[in-house]
Amino acid sequence: MTQPAMLETRDLARFFDVSRPLIQRALSREGRRMLRAVDGVTFEIPKGQTLSLVGESGCGKSTVARLVVGLYAPTRGEVIFDGRDLGDARSDATQRRRMQMIFQDPYASLNPRWRVRDIISEPIRAFGLLTDRGQIEARVGELLSQVGLSPLDGQKFPHEFSGGQRQRISIARALSSNPEFLVCDEPTSALDVSVQAQILNLMKDLQASLGLTYLFISHNLAVVRQVSDRVGVMYLGRLVENAPAETLFTTPRHPYTRALMEAIPDLDMTGRQRIPVGGEVPSPISPPSGCPFHPRCPLANDRCKAERPELIPARGTEQSQVACHAVEEGRDGGPQIEPAAVAMA
Amino acid sequence: MSNTQPLLEVRNLRVEFPTRRGTLVALNDVSFDIHPGEVLGVVGESGAGKSMTGAAIIGLLEPPGRIAGGTISLGGKRIDNLSPNEMRPIRGRQIGAIFQDPLTTLNPLYTVGRQLVETMTTHLPVTPAEARRKAIEWLELVGIPAAAQRIDSYPHEFSGGMRQRVVIALALCAEPKLIVADEPTTALDVSIQAQVIALLKTLAREKGTAMMLVTHDMGVIAETADRVAVMYAGRIVEIGAVRQVVKHPSHPYTIGLMGSIPPITHRLERMQQIEGAMPRLSAIPRGCAYNPRCPQVFERCRMDRPELMPAGETRAACWLYDAASEQGVLKAAQDA
Amino acid sequence: MNAVARFFDSDIWWSFTRNPITVVSAIVAAICIGGAVLAPWIAPHNPFDLASLQLLDAFKPPAWSAEGDPTYLLGTDDQGRDMLSAIMYGARVSLLVGFLAVVMSVVLGVSAGLAAGYLGGTVDALLMRIADIKLTFPTILIALLIDGITRAVLPRDVHDQIALYVVIFAIGFSNWPSFARTVRGSTMVERNKEYVQAARVIGLGRGRIMVTHVLPNVLGPVLVIATLQLGFAILAEATLSFLGVGVPPTQPSLGTLIRIGNDFLFSGEWWITIFPGLALIVLVLSVNLLGDWLRDALNPKLR
Repeated sequence: MTQPAMLETRDLARFFDVSRPLIQRALSREGRRMLRAVDGVTFEIPKGQTLSLVGESGCGKSTVARLVVGLYAPTRGEVIFDGRDLGDARSDATQRRRMQMIFQDPYASLNPRWRVRDIISEPIRAFGLLTDRGQIEARVGELLSQVGLSPLDGQKFPHEFSGGQRQRISIARALSSNPEFLVCDEPTSALDVSVQAQILNLMKDLQASLGLTYLFISHNLAVVRQVSDRVGVMYLGRLVENAPAETLFTTPRHPYTRALMEAIPDLDMTGRQRIPVGGEVPSPISPPSGCPFHPRCPLANDRCKAERPELIPARGTEQSQVACHAVEEGRDGGPQIEPAAVAMA
Repeated sequence: MSNTQPLLEVRNLRVEFPTRRGTLVALNDVSFDIHPGEVLGVVGESGAGKSMTGAAIIGLLEPPGRIAGGTISLGGKRIDNLSPNEMRPIRGRQIGAIFQDPLTTLNPLYTVGRQLVETMTTHLPVTPAEARRKAIEWLELVGIPAAAQRIDSYPHEFSGGMRQRVVIALALCAEPKLIVADEPTTALDVSIQAQVIALLKTLAREKGTAMMLVTHDMGVIAETADRVAVMYAGRIVEIGAVRQVVKHPSHPYTIGLMGSIPPITHRLERMQQIEGAMPRLSAIPRGCAYNPRCPQVFERCRMDRPELMPAGETRAACWLYDAASEQGVLKAAQDA
Repeated sequence: MNAVARFFDSDIWWSFTRNPITVVSAIVAAICIGGAVLAPWIAPHNPFDLASLQLLDAFKPPAWSAEGDPTYLLGTDDQGRDMLSAIMYGARVSLLVGFLAVVMSVVLGVSAGLAAGYLGGTVDALLMRIADIKLTFPTILIALLIDGITRAVLPRDVHDQIALYVVIFAIGFSNWPSFARTVRGSTMVERNKEYVQAARVIGLGRGRIMVTHVLPNVLGPVLVIATLQLGFAILAEATLSFLGVGVPPTQPSLGTLIRIGNDFLFSGEWWITIFPGLALIVLVLSVNLLGDWLRDALNPKLR
């Protein structure tokens, strides 16, 4: 944490208006309906490090990614990129080229009508980084080699490549503007497991050689463990736990984090009986009062139903921030060792 | 379990897709059995042919795909050569199907109760009143809260996880002997996945239903299956008891696949990866289809296609385990 | 692989060669269009050359009938014009009107659809309501209205000079909503795809994203509709000309020929109206069959 922050968010929120059309609303006498996709998220990512956001679908992690690169404007709160407000930074092309994004679906993230070399060189041309055709071509070849493809592949169209290769092209495009910060939205979840390993290794190599900072979005805890320095767990648009990766995986504190860990199928075949968490994620249009996890939480009491817990350092694991009354009051039984780690030992 | 008569016998199944550039062989020489009450996991990467195997068994191959060879027998009776009309009563009564997207199985215009009742009155000797009572029981069994009230709801009134539970009830309510489940948990969230896997496991055990579980997720297989078949480029490359395949895989592909799954228990400096990608159906290499990616490839792998043969405690299609060959002898010596 | 070789290796060409009706329609359409475009060079007579017209040659029946004249294959009309040549020149006018009208609809419709689909909100609501209002009026009614207005405000000789363009405008203006709706739908799908988001992340402007990224990906269905609309546009022009509000008689289209011939149908000179009518049917049918095939061939399920 001695490094200055590459990116910071403060009380970031984004609501979507999902109201029915005015006439229908008037007829059925209902008010506006707001989907609180992200509701007050604060974190920071030091330069050269990886923060991962994990959670189930609808928890708002992808919305955070889109807020951070400016695809959405925040409803409330702010994003600070390298000390400057994001809106301010994005109006300046020399700042904008410093952040790029890698998307989930390798079949939708490349324009099917464009040749690979045009796809990769688009940021170079848009930012005017190089103007000479020969230089651009050389740079595209260099980028293709960097992500493990052949410079000759620039001639081809996206449909000539497999999913993993397309994701490499997507990474080459992101790297072409020499960014320092990459937002990766589920970059491997559409890929097969053997290809996923290739892409994760490539991303780690690039981080080491180029000093990149990553915001990594994923629903897969095992993947997150492999790439993260810090992990934020999201539930219904809020961070419920934010901790160094090692701490989070060995001593998860929030009951929801523990439930997520518990839900992972056991490949070691220890025969350990899992107790899956009951219930489902409530609708973000009408989230529960107090702590959003209380209807599913085994530790919930009256306070949890009434009062929303803040993200504060947890007793016992001070590097972790946890938003839970039970942890704050010590009702969670203190720091526990992860069950899988017990099984290992 | 293997001394009972197999419920499902698939022998040398071959599925072809005629295209303008020649015939693509999507499944080639696929053989396996499923015994009553057994869960067979079928695992592989996209395009390996795992879903196609399931579709061939339930008679729902997407045209122009067709069974071009081999046999599929259910309870000793061939079902691969039946007409769509002859197949329809078998699907539902004897084979239940669960797909990845519950919305493809449920009719959005009918209440879930009506769909359950219709399935039961079509396939079982029950009156509509009995069927309705049983439908509520099934919904309770698959864990739908307040089943008696929710039975008259429409599919869109349920959440994704609840819908998949309804699909499971629908697949099971005619008490089929075999269930073909194609990626039943892939569309669900992690915490819901665990609930659905636990449910499938319990029901299959309690009802003695056999199940073919098609998925790309080794974790789901490890938790649920008794035996597992690993597919690659349209063939089974390894088959055996789940514990052996997961813990002590024999085929280099299975070893690579298991190795590339990121562990949750610790952080690796670098993950193991398999170089390259699975070949397209139009460009399957000669010999063993895995040979261009295989770290242990040798001369013969590029020439001849290996059949499944005993390999350690499983069966694998790999020349390393050919006892008659030099490499096989070497491998045996190394293992000893 | 160069572009030509790639075309003959493409799925489109393959599906074309496998479909006999399509191949026949393509050949027929090619003959019709070729005959029309090349009329000044290949037509046996020039029906507009007043000097060569002989009133003695009027009302000659087709060449194969008893009183037929072999120089006039399909006979002549009331002024002694060769029917075959008149049809070739007429089809030229019909095709010109149809083609330019469709080009106009495409330009208007694609721009409106792209803007509505990509920008959404008020722009979308406004453009689509205009399209809805437009759709409640039949094409012919709009065309009659535009023709009437131009006739009323312009002197007669000026109107005759620009009559052709008035018809093109009238037909082109009434057909744009079908393009706008289709393009709007595909644009809304493409807009949310990640390649568009990637372009937004690097800060490209909306106009540039619409033109360079979205437009090439929504043109497939436009091509199909344009082919089908070509047939409708030709028919609309023929209808207008038949009603006497279309192209001026100095540049007769197929519709004009049918109208002129109609006067003689019951006096026995059937060929003056039947042959232009058949030419119109064959032309429109072959173009429509090509459009139907194109729609199936570009179906994403086949790609």
